[in-house]
Amino acid sequence: MKYTLNVNGRTETVDAAPDTPMLWVLRDKLNYIGVKYGCGVDICGACTVHVDGESMRSCQIPVSEAGSKKIVTIEGLSPTGDHPLQKAWCDMDVAQCGYCQGGQIMTAAALLKRTPKPTDAEIDKTMADNLCRCGTYTRIRAAIHQAADAMAAAK
Amino acid sequence: MKNEISSVPSSTPLAAAVPATGTGSAAEFSLDRRSFLRLSAVTGGGFMLGFSFLKSGGTAFADEVGPASPGEFVPNNYIRITPDGGVTIFSTRPEIGQGIKTSLPMLIAEELDVDWKSVKVVDAKIDQTSGNPNPGAVGGSNSTPQSFNQMRQLGAGARAVLVEAAAQTWGVPAAECTTASGAVLHAASGRKLTYGGLVAKAATLTAPRNAPLKDPKDFKIVGTRISGVDNPALVTGKPLFGIDVKVPGMVYAVYEKNPVFGGGEVISANVDEVKMLPGVKDAFIVPATNGVPAGVAILAESTWSAFSARAKLKVVWNEGSRANDNWTDMKQQALALGAQAAAGDGDAFLAAAKTAEATYSFPYISHANLEPQNCTVSVKDGMVEIWSPTQNPGSAQQFASRATGINNVKVHVMRSGGGFGRRYTAETAGEAALLSQKAGVPVRIQWSREDDLHHDLYRPAGFNFLKGGVDTAGKLIAWRDMSVGFGGGGGGGRGGGAQVSPVGGGNAVFGAVAPAAGRGGGFGGGAFPAPFVPSFSSRSGGTVSSGIPTGPWRAPGDCTSAWVVQSFLDELAHLAGRDPLEFKLELLGGRQTAYSQRMTPVVKLAAEKIGWGKNLPRGQGQGLAFHTCMSGYVAHAVEVTVTKDGNLTVDRVVAAVDVGSTIVNLSGAENQVEGAIVDGISTLRFPELDIKKGRIAEDNFDQYVLAFMPDAPRKVDVHFIKSANNPTGLGEPPFPSVAPAVCNAIFAATGIRVRELPLSRTSLKWT
Repeated sequence: MKYTLNVNGRTETVDAAPDTPMLWVLRDKLNYIGVKYGCGVDICGACTVHVDGESMRSCQIPVSEAGSKKIVTIEGLSPTGDHPLQKAWCDMDVAQCGYCQGGQIMTAAALLKRTPKPTDAEIDKTMADNLCRCGTYTRIRAAIHQAADAMAAAK
Repeated sequence: MKNEISSVPSSTPLAAAVPATGTGSAAEFSLDRRSFLRLSAVTGGGFMLGFSFLKSGGTAFADEVGPASPGEFVPNNYIRITPDGGVTIFSTRPEIGQGIKTSLPMLIAEELDVDWKSVKVVDAKIDQTSGNPNPGAVGGSNSTPQSFNQMRQLGAGARAVLVEAAAQTWGVPAAECTTASGAVLHAASGRKLTYGGLVAKAATLTAPRNAPLKDPKDFKIVGTRISGVDNPALVTGKPLFGIDVKVPGMVYAVYEKNPVFGGGEVISANVDEVKMLPGVKDAFIVPATNGVPAGVAILAESTWSAFSARAKLKVVWNEGSRANDNWTDMKQQALALGAQAAAGDGDAFLAAAKTAEATYSFPYISHANLEPQNCTVSVKDGMVEIWSPTQNPGSAQQFASRATGINNVKVHVMRSGGGFGRRYTAETAGEAALLSQKAGVPVRIQWSREDDLHHDLYRPAGFNFLKGGVDTAGKLIAWRDMSVGFGGGGGGGRGGGAQVSPVGGGNAVFGAVAPAAGRGGGFGGGAFPAPFVPSFSSRSGGTVSSGIPTGPWRAPGDCTSAWVVQSFLDELAHLAGRDPLEFKLELLGGRQTAYSQRMTPVVKLAAEKIGWGKNLPRGQGQGLAFHTCMSGYVAHAVEVTVTKDGNLTVDRVVAAVDVGSTIVNLSGAENQVEGAIVDGISTLRFPELDIKKGRIAEDNFDQYVLAFMPDAPRKVDVHFIKSANNPTGLGEPPFPSVAPAVCNAIFAATGIRVRELPLSRTSLKWT
């Protein structure tokens, strides 16, 4: 089946089986490999993307249901890679292996859009479903606070 | 993992050219370019180029920097300097999240005396066929101790050439010249030449044999916080990992293997039906072949096509003799063996005023790298080219070579989405190579999460049957450990019992780890606490037959023995009615050994920083534990809160760490310790594997549970003690003492002693 998708502001046409999860459409067909496969069953969050501004698991979205929704991957979060979260992640040297961090940043970006100055508890609640096997949670928390501060200061 | 490193035959070429650290011979090796085997290289920029190609429809990773241009200064195969002063440093060690791709180039840049911002770090490619060496595996926290002086010497040699070039240009003695920020200075005449301006002259000179190293007090880069060199690529989703590799003509493969450990061949499979499914290019049965276990391969045009087709695959297996193995029975057998524990005690406890006995046990667990195992291989024209996210390029090379019968093998080491010892064995390289050879096209094999849990080389399970005795003065006078392990499944993990399965067998041929003598689940052989206890015995109580293959798991052996030893030691402190810190320090003070001299300050620092001895209400408690492995000495002090209904919060963790005289990258080092604390808490609390019908019962992260952010400590403090010892690694040492420190704090808070892992099996409710 052919599908016309809106990914990172571009119109893309792909040929895929209707039940193909967006995770694999993005990775294999469109080469947005920043979207990572970790579990395929909506637990780890490595495949998190934004769908119409909300963070969602791309492993749970069949291509047939993507329609014209605006899908944004970590590659499309900011044109030049300087979203305050991306900068904070680099400043605070958050990553170890780094495999989960694209998904962590996408979940955090949606949080900051809703809640520009989150508390620790709000961060924990929102980030509670993104697995980091290396255990960088304390730095992720700190980097989200730093990005929130930077965004507030820029206003 | 120290012992097995040297057993990897392919890790030798570079080691032969450059002496290891700590031998005292570092100053003698020559930086003559010919003394190094050639390295070709790939660039971060090349990755981005490859990425843009991929966006327009798929091509190989454009990863070659190509040969140096005539205008460049190439003092050795790790450094290039261009006329504009740009410095490229090549990284050769596999990056698995331990930060080595940043920390080792920092050492070169430090001695070269350039500003870090002028440095670009790129990956070296390993190609033994054309003489490019395998730089060795990363495991056993070995990279820093092996490379610390070597990297410094590389930078210092290049710096010496640039100084000489300036001195000759000016006609002054080299000894009058100094360097700073990528320039040579002559103070007497006020002259200055940048490295970029010196490259043409420098390229005509040969590096000296014994270039002087900086006094560590003059370090400007080493010891600071440097953000990981791949961070900009990581936070923007650039291709770095094995799973990101695409090469022209590549097909996506899955490989279904026997779910029963020790099982045999495929009896039948509906491959003809599977072949007809959408997107499937081929499906076929593979008999066990030269290190590749029997299986069914499905080759498809996308990962999802392969996964979908696999869901319809029906295989009848020869399940072998272990299809009825189950963990419940295996545990019962271990407990039955434990009944003999007291038989060997003799008179050991006669002098004890009080004794305590306890059984500690820990299950098999998986590594659960977040990036499931994968590998891309192209077998073409008598050559094998591998893209492997591996800790051990030699393992990938050997598996592929053995599977295909081709010795002409090239390995691109990709960034690994987590190592933890799992990626020391690269059997996916053999699987992908065999499929590529059969199919005649490049193949990326992708394990599903389920494959990753079902076909790991697991951390061994084990039981320890302990007894301890204290005298009337409350001193520890006798300790018995009898360990029972599980063996026979091949691989080479250690820690499950004194008779851990022998090397070889199964699918771990190249990554196999020889169990060190006396280091099963036991902890004799001179390790703590043996030298400090007047009557100490550690022996094997036997081995329960098991088909489960094992392998190195972050701090092999230590990752479980530290929990057993440090938990039981705490029990004995309470048995004696003593403050646990005082009891443990007294024990360490009982003999002056190299161990006690390094460990005592670490323990004291952790206790001081947590504020040991606070008067806390019931439901809150402090705990302490310490351990050494891979030459690192670590103590953890912890504060926990346990609610009456048994909910645990780890409020605070203090780590005191002695890994020698120098911390290379303070940010990376702290990150390793912080991550090990979370991993320690995670591994303590949640994961376990059940075995049913000879196979792993857990399929995914809903059943194999790991810690998420709410489980992480509220506050973590990391303190380094800089001792007069050679700098050593941090991947593993900060892990083992986390779990017992938390368990000891739980006891202080609730009176509940955790003696079975994971913690989720023990109710922490109190009244």
